[in-house]
Amino acid sequence: MTGERPPHLRWSAIALVVVGGMAGSAARAGLALVIPPVAQVPLAIAIVNLVGAFVLGCLYAALAHRGHDDASAVQLRLLLGTGFCGGFTTYSALASDTVVLAVDGAVGVSMVYALGTVLVGALATWAGIVVGTALGRGHGRAVRDGGPA
Amino acid sequence: MTLPLFLLVVVAGGLGAGVRFVVDGVIRSRVRTAFPWATTIINVSGSFALGLVVGATLANLLAPEFAIVLGTGFLGGYTTFSTASYETVQLIRQRRVAASLVSGVLMLVSSVAAAGLGLWLGSAF
Repeated sequence: MTGERPPHLRWSAIALVVVGGMAGSAARAGLALVIPPVAQVPLAIAIVNLVGAFVLGCLYAALAHRGHDDASAVQLRLLLGTGFCGGFTTYSALASDTVVLAVDGAVGVSMVYALGTVLVGALATWAGIVVGTALGRGHGRAVRDGGPA
Repeated sequence: MTLPLFLLVVVAGGLGAGVRFVVDGVIRSRVRTAFPWATTIINVSGSFALGLVVGATLANLLAPEFAIVLGTGFLGGYTTFSTASYETVQLIRQRRVAASLVSGVLMLVSSVAAAGLGLWLGSAF
């Protein structure tokens, strides 16, 4: 029965995303408490978004050789990718803080913050994919050679 | 931040992530293109909502604690930067550079505009 349903309508899949999202939100909120803004720029959110982008790229690339019929790979993508990384990183704070910075008169700073996060974020994602691909390849070789899975 | 408030933020963040997953799946099942429409709609709507929350808080219409649960918690978990960045980079890797640039710029500009509109509406009342 449940096998016929798409993942986003399956409670077990939604629960994995919610649990991962709780952990990611806790990490983001915790870092925001300990890392103060620098010159009005929310440094914590910038760090969170760049680190989360790297980790998601790494995770998806490392799991790329394991298909959608691999149950544990699907669960890891939901828990750590959609859940943790999705809940850890945030776009609404990026957009809202950009507006607040601009309204406060720091238009140049707001543009550097917004564009910088998106551009450096793309580089971080790319770096994550490169690292994750190498990790996944090493893992795949170990499995083929009869090493530990 | 008190511990109960932090825990509420965590729970709200998890719920936001769950709602994102369902909304993403519903949009993807209807719009089947490589262009990341689902993530764009999620991030633009979430940015608009956060603008409303921030505006309403600045206008003293919303208690700061409630704004933190809703903004840092729910909307922080609902919107996502990592998936947006991943989808943009995947388009470049598929040599669809124009689509990648359009999606990246469109999401940023629309989200900032939506947050600005929300902020203005939220503080207008």
